[in-house]
Amino acid sequence: MAAELRLSRENLNAPFVRKVEELSGQNVFACYQCGKCSASCLFAEHMDLLPNQVVRLVQLGDEGVMGARAPWVCAACLACSVRCPRGVDVARIMEALRQLGLRRGLTPVELRLTPDLPQIALVGAMRKVTP
Amino acid sequence: MNRLVYFPGCALKDQAQGYEAATLAAVQALGYAVQELPRWNCCGTVYALAQDDLMRHVGPVRNLIRAQEQGATELLTLCAMCYNTLSRSALFVRNPENLRRINAFMDEEEDYRGGVRVLHLVQWLAEIGPERLARAANPGLQGLRIGAYYGCTLLRPKEVAVDHPEKPEIMEGILAALGAEPVLFPERVECCGAYLAVTRPEAVRLRVGSILLSAAHHGAELVVTACPLCHFNLRERRPLGAPRLPVAYLGEVLAWALGTQPIPEEIARTVGVRR
Amino acid sequence: MNQVGVETKTEMVTVYIMGQAYKVPAGLTILKAMEYAGFRLTRGVGCRGGFCGACATVYRLPGDYRLYADLACQTPVRDGMYLALLPSTPAERKPYDLRKVKPGGETLLSLYPELARCVACNTCTKACPQKLEVMDAVQAALRGDVAQVAELTFDCLSCGLCTLRCPAEIPHYHVWQLSRRLYGAYLAPKAEHLRRRLQEMREGKFQAELDRLMSLSKEELRELYKAREIEPE
Repeated sequence: MAAELRLSRENLNAPFVRKVEELSGQNVFACYQCGKCSASCLFAEHMDLLPNQVVRLVQLGDEGVMGARAPWVCAACLACSVRCPRGVDVARIMEALRQLGLRRGLTPVELRLTPDLPQIALVGAMRKVTP
Repeated sequence: MNRLVYFPGCALKDQAQGYEAATLAAVQALGYAVQELPRWNCCGTVYALAQDDLMRHVGPVRNLIRAQEQGATELLTLCAMCYNTLSRSALFVRNPENLRRINAFMDEEEDYRGGVRVLHLVQWLAEIGPERLARAANPGLQGLRIGAYYGCTLLRPKEVAVDHPEKPEIMEGILAALGAEPVLFPERVECCGAYLAVTRPEAVRLRVGSILLSAAHHGAELVVTACPLCHFNLRERRPLGAPRLPVAYLGEVLAWALGTQPIPEEIARTVGVRR
Repeated sequence: MNQVGVETKTEMVTVYIMGQAYKVPAGLTILKAMEYAGFRLTRGVGCRGGFCGACATVYRLPGDYRLYADLACQTPVRDGMYLALLPSTPAERKPYDLRKVKPGGETLLSLYPELARCVACNTCTKACPQKLEVMDAVQAALRGDVAQVAELTFDCLSCGLCTLRCPAEIPHYHVWQLSRRLYGAYLAPKAEHLRRRLQEMREGKFQAELDRLMSLSKEELRELYKAREIEPE
C-alpha cells in the first residue's frame, strides 16, 4: 500500500533523521508545516518538492528525500530561515541534505560553465554542489 | 588621517575593478587612508551551513588573522558576499571550542584571538553619518531616482544583517544624504539567484526580470547594489524584454556624488531628460 | 667518530619502504637508500639533483603526526622514517591555443574551474619541497592575477605533491605552467635586444660567417674550436 503513511517510533528516530539534525543543527520536529518557507521561496517553482514538504519527509524519516531536486535548486538565500515562525533554519536542512548526498557520492547537478562566469559565482556553486 | 584596513575579495580584483577604484578614491576623499590587507585569500563567498564543515571556516578566519597581524580591530569589505562569510565566521569562532579547533588546524599561523569586527561599506558610510556625507556631496546625485537592491547577504541571517532584514533603510539613508531620491521596491530584499548562475541560469533570468521590473515600476532610474554577484546577474543575466535599467555599484554612485568620478553620460542623460 | 684501534662501522638506520623495513646506511638520501635496499627505479627518478621533480616522496617520522613531502634525491633518511615514493600525479592538462587565450582570470577559470574550490587550507604550501607560497599562487590565480602566479611559481618543479594533497583537487602545476606561458606571451616586457638581434639575423648579418663555417673541413673546425675565446674563470 504505497499511499499508506506510517508514523512509527522507528521512523522518527531513524539514523537518517538524526544525521540531518546533527548536520543542520536544527530540530526538524519544531516545524509545524505552516508552509511559510515555501511561500518565501523564490525558487520553489523550479523544485520538485516544496521546502516544507522536504522538511516533512525528513520528519517522517523518508530517505527518499535524498533523491529530490529541491535541495539542489535552493540558492541558500535564507529567506525561509529568517521568516520561519518556529525558528527552523530551513536552509541548513537543505545544506545537510546536499552534504549527505555529496558525501554518498551523489552529484546530481551539472555545472553549466560559460567563460563569462565570474569567480564569485563559481566559488559559490562549487561549494554548494561539488563534494 | 584615519586608517582603514580593507579586504578586497576576488571580484574586486577582477570583474568589479571599477567598484574598487571608485570606492577607494571616494573613501580617501572623505579623509581616510585605505590599506589593503596583505596576503588575503578568498572568503569562500557562501557560508558553510553544515555543522561539521569546519574546513570552510579556515579561509575566512585566516583573513581575520591577517587583520589581527595588522593590529586592526575593524576590517572593511566592499563585497556583500565577503562581508557575509567573514562576519559569520567571526561569529562562529566566538565559540571557544570552534576557535580552538580552527586555531589547532592552522598550526602555521598565529592563533586568532577574536576581536576583529568585519564591516561592510554601507555600515561604514552609515557610521560616517548623513550630515558628513551631505556636506561632501558635491555635485551630489541631483535627485536621481535610485532603487537600492540589497539582495541576500547584507540582510540574512539576522545576526549579521546590516539593517532590518525585511525593511532595511540603511542604503536609502546614504543615497538620500548624497542627494538622490531613494526608490523603495518590493523585490529589493529578494534573492537574484546568486550562484545558480552556474547551475540554473534560467532561474536567475526569471529572478533578474522580476527585480528589474519591480524597480522600474516603482520609478527607479538606476539600480544600485553592493554585491558583485548581484551586479553580474542583474547586468549579464537579463531575460529578453527586461527593463533597460542601468545597474551601478554603491561605491560608484558615492564617487559621482563626491565628484571623484564623473557621472557616466548614460546616467547624466536620464537625469537631464527628466528635468 | 674514528678512534684509534676501534673498527669503524657504518651507522645504520631503519626505514620503512612501502610497508617493509630495511636497514640502510645513515646519511644516504631516500633515493640512494631505496637503491641500497634493492629497488631498481625506472620511474620516479630523474636528474638526482633536485631540479626535475620526478622523485616526489611522502613520509612520516616516529612520534610525529605530520605527513612530510619532499624530493627523494634531496632528503636524507632518518631512523624510523616511513615512506612512499609517488612516481607520478594523475592530473589532466587542458588543451589550449596560447595564441587565442587572454592573459587573465577568465582563461584560468574556464580551463580550470576547480580553482574556485580552494578553501585556503594551506595544505599545498606545507607540501611544497621548493617552499613556494603555493596557496598564495592559487589565490592569485582565482583572482586572475596571472603575473603574480608566474612570479610565485617560477621555481615549481611540477613534482605534483601539492596536487596530491589538495582537498579541492586542483591540478596546480598545470595552472602554473599555463600562467607562466600567458605571462611570457602577453605580460612580460619584450626584450628589445632580442628583437634587434632577430631582425639582424633575418637581414642576413651573420650569413657570410655561417657560410664560411659551413665550407670548412673538420680539421679546420677543430683548430678554430681550440682557438676560441674563452671567458676567464
